[in-house]
Amino acid sequence: MAKIELENIAHSYQPKPASDDDFALKKVHTVWEDGGAYALLGSSGCGKTTMLNVISGLLTPSQGRVLFDGKDVTKLPPEKRNIAQVFQFPVLYDTMTVFDNLAFPLRNRKVEEGEVKSRVHEIAEILDLSPYLNKRASGLAADAKQKISLGRGLVRKDVAAILFDEPLTVIDPHLKWQLRRKLKEIHTQFGLTLIYVTHDQTEAMTFADKIVIMYDGALLQIGSPDELFEDPAHTFVGYFIGSPGMNLLPCTVEGNRAVLDCGSIPLDPAVAAKAGQGEFKIGIRPLYLELGEQPCDGAVAGRVVSVEFEGSSSIVTVESGCSKFKVRTPEGRPVPADSCWVYFPPERTKLFRDQRLVK
Amino acid sequence: MGLQLDFIDRIVEGETHLKDVSLNFETGQRYVLLGRTQAGKTSLLRIMAGLDRPSKGRVLADGKDVTGMSVRRRSVAMVYQQFINYPSQTVFDNIASPLRIAGTPKAEIKRRVMETARMLHLEPLLSRLPAELSGGQQQRTAIARALVKEAQLLLLDEPLVNLDYKLREELRDELQLIFGQRESVVVYTTTEPTEALMLGGNIIIMHEGRVLQTGPTAEVYHRPATTQVAEVFSDPPINFITAEVDDAKAHLRIGIDLPLTGHLCDLPPGVYKFGIRSHHFNLVRKTVDDVEIRTTVELAEINGSETFVHFRYRNRSLVLQEQGVRIFKAGQEVSVFVRPCDVYVFGEDDRLVKAPQCPATCATGAN
Amino acid sequence: MEKWENNRAWFLILPVFVIVAFSAIIPLMTVVNYSVQDILGPGQRIFVGTEWFREMLTNSRLHDALIKQLIFSGLVLLIEIPLGIAIALTMPHKGWTASVCLVLLALPLLIPWNVIGTIWIIFTRPDIGLFGATINTLGLAFDHTANPLHAWITVLLMEVWHWTPLVVLLAYAGLRSIPDAYYQAAKIDGASRWAVFRYIQLPKMRWVLTIAVLLRFMDSFLIYAEPFVLTGGGPGNATTFLSIYLVKLSTAMDLGPAAAFSIIYFLIVLLFCWIFYQALQAVGTGDKS
Repeated sequence: MAKIELENIAHSYQPKPASDDDFALKKVHTVWEDGGAYALLGSSGCGKTTMLNVISGLLTPSQGRVLFDGKDVTKLPPEKRNIAQVFQFPVLYDTMTVFDNLAFPLRNRKVEEGEVKSRVHEIAEILDLSPYLNKRASGLAADAKQKISLGRGLVRKDVAAILFDEPLTVIDPHLKWQLRRKLKEIHTQFGLTLIYVTHDQTEAMTFADKIVIMYDGALLQIGSPDELFEDPAHTFVGYFIGSPGMNLLPCTVEGNRAVLDCGSIPLDPAVAAKAGQGEFKIGIRPLYLELGEQPCDGAVAGRVVSVEFEGSSSIVTVESGCSKFKVRTPEGRPVPADSCWVYFPPERTKLFRDQRLVK
Repeated sequence: MGLQLDFIDRIVEGETHLKDVSLNFETGQRYVLLGRTQAGKTSLLRIMAGLDRPSKGRVLADGKDVTGMSVRRRSVAMVYQQFINYPSQTVFDNIASPLRIAGTPKAEIKRRVMETARMLHLEPLLSRLPAELSGGQQQRTAIARALVKEAQLLLLDEPLVNLDYKLREELRDELQLIFGQRESVVVYTTTEPTEALMLGGNIIIMHEGRVLQTGPTAEVYHRPATTQVAEVFSDPPINFITAEVDDAKAHLRIGIDLPLTGHLCDLPPGVYKFGIRSHHFNLVRKTVDDVEIRTTVELAEINGSETFVHFRYRNRSLVLQEQGVRIFKAGQEVSVFVRPCDVYVFGEDDRLVKAPQCPATCATGAN
Repeated sequence: MEKWENNRAWFLILPVFVIVAFSAIIPLMTVVNYSVQDILGPGQRIFVGTEWFREMLTNSRLHDALIKQLIFSGLVLLIEIPLGIAIALTMPHKGWTASVCLVLLALPLLIPWNVIGTIWIIFTRPDIGLFGATINTLGLAFDHTANPLHAWITVLLMEVWHWTPLVVLLAYAGLRSIPDAYYQAAKIDGASRWAVFRYIQLPKMRWVLTIAVLLRFMDSFLIYAEPFVLTGGGPGNATTFLSIYLVKLSTAMDLGPAAAFSIIYFLIVLLFCWIFYQALQAVGTGDKS
């Protein structure tokens, strides 16, 4: 259990960074509460693995301090920081049995053998590894191996935080559900601080209470899954979260309306009042747009370009003026064949000025 | 050009990778091979390309037997999961390589490479080496190299699986457009049912080396021939509950009863497996016939735009899918509703007996 | 169509077949031929069956050479493999220093083998040799031409200097292929340097070490040029290894016994290699620790 604080952390892999671009992590200042489950979400190269390695101690940041429960651990190596890490591919000691693998961290710390045994059995039970304890670790399937990696972290009583670096990458899709569920159960049971790095929003949103969206080395937003879904602070968050992501359309603001190149729609007056000056975009999730055959206020004319059936709903791509956007219609709702009207509910329509949310 | 596979078997060192595969591929059509890992998708693709020979059976192109023909003489292009490019050649040379091998004149090579590069947004990168590109760009180069050949058979073996989530979405959209413009047979393999649905076209469901069902994607989705097809072709997995049907009601073994209305009304009595898709469990009552289940939440999973609620009812774990992002806490009590008209019925032999009426306005495929 | 392709492939390999036949198979058959005949002179041969084989297997000088050879190969493996691994562990991982180290290490491997013998003759001469002179000024009377122990030490030193770089290169390649994550996980698990070596590096190097052991054993078992140039097999028979003995035999115009011995030699090497291979495979995958 640990409260982890990152104080003005910045990191560059170059010895003499010249400009902002040389920094893999730019000015991160944040607190991770004790016992929380966090996800670091972003695409490749956004700095999430760098951030994870700074927290775990595998990397010393070029600037800033890392504090565990108020104690400065910036210069401490990983083994002194009470953390455990699970990597992208299973890291095992091939020559050892499953039991010995799980016992390894305890034996290295000179824990007496009786306690080692009971601890290992306890953790193996939780992870459904008990039947395999005497087998050679190298012979098991990928998901069992990842559980062993996880077990090595859980088996230590002094572990304050467990860090995960895209751990489900090598797992078969139909087994990912089970492992995600297991991770959630472990979180509830042990109350450890868990930090999970991924580029897959399903994993992030299922696993974490709070998600940290990273882009180009900077933290864009920290929030719960529904906060990120409903109120993205940045256009990147709107685009990244959701499958498909938020529709983002350039517009100008005139009075209480947003003027797109294909029509105009009313905005929430409170938001419109704070609009100010800048480059504007309208953001709305495909789920909230409504397709109809009749015009009405707040709707924009368009043409149906394609329809993709997704099982529970269909994604309709609509072209309007020179913009294209996607609408999600539930199963059973009729889809117009060619021309249509798309309604933008004002309470769901977000306004972004210079990429940032206006609220 | 059509491709036909007759009773293909492939047995390697005693292991059956493919058994009794007979398929027909028509020009200009798109086919998606859906199956779990080790289902035999890659083996089948390799036989279609000519990289492997089947242990039994024939491959016919336009009626001609090409089973023994080496891959070099066939008109085939393939894209792999791992972004495979010639590491020492620039993007331009990579894309041009099949044309150069075929002896195409230089001016023609340039024209076709530029055209394909434009289609895949690779123009600014033409002079770079593959090592200098991101994963998405490398895969685009591999795809461009496959497209420039204008082969009659275009095979893609899970090409997007190693890419980031968002990149996968974007590239999939682009690929849809590209496939629509081709006159070749396009075969795309995947393990994800949602991806298969979005690509549309025709689908071939494979499981443990056998073909379970083929047909237009939406049709197979709405009428899975067996429980196995329904299982493979659903994500999250379809909920199966055994039920006993008598003259009046269907008694589900989890202790709730469904009235026999709609498509269930002429169901003969007996024991059946009822299949309910996760998005047919609702949190809101929709019709009078809905049956209510009071249960507690075990786990809620959120996937960007949807929430999956795992709940337990009388010892069975079931899954519900809901649009939008909702937060549920484990142990929270919810009411789950299910409509009889949404239920699939499978007999004890696992074959489909009844399927819900396909909604009249069911939109199919992409254009 | 495919049959034609396959035929064309065979056709392309034909030149290689011809060359291998000329340089290896036909001479080997000649040796087998000689091994069962008594050659009294050109054109005069008597078929003697397995007599030479029996004679060779009971030849005490052959046993002597065999024992010396086994001790030599054993010592070579005992010294070179751990030394090679140790050097590979201390080499830098990347940068220009790594390239410099690799080049310097590879140098002994590039020198022709009889030149190696010559280098070491001069190097260990008590009068003008750097090593020999230094040792003698330290008070030790070092003379590899007269003292059998000194001759052994010199031959071993030469062999280790010559071939350890090969083990280093193989071990280094094996080490480079271990992903960083393993070291990171070991750090987090609190593993000591020795535990990292024992549980991560050594197991992952298993394959390259198998190759290294096989190669070094075969080469040292067949060694000829270097010790011959250095000591000529002496002093006396002190460093007469199997191949040196074989050459002595055959130059004495006793082609029959020499041929029989060659075949025995060949089979011994094969046997040992097979044993080593099985042993290392068992360690790798089996149930024993």
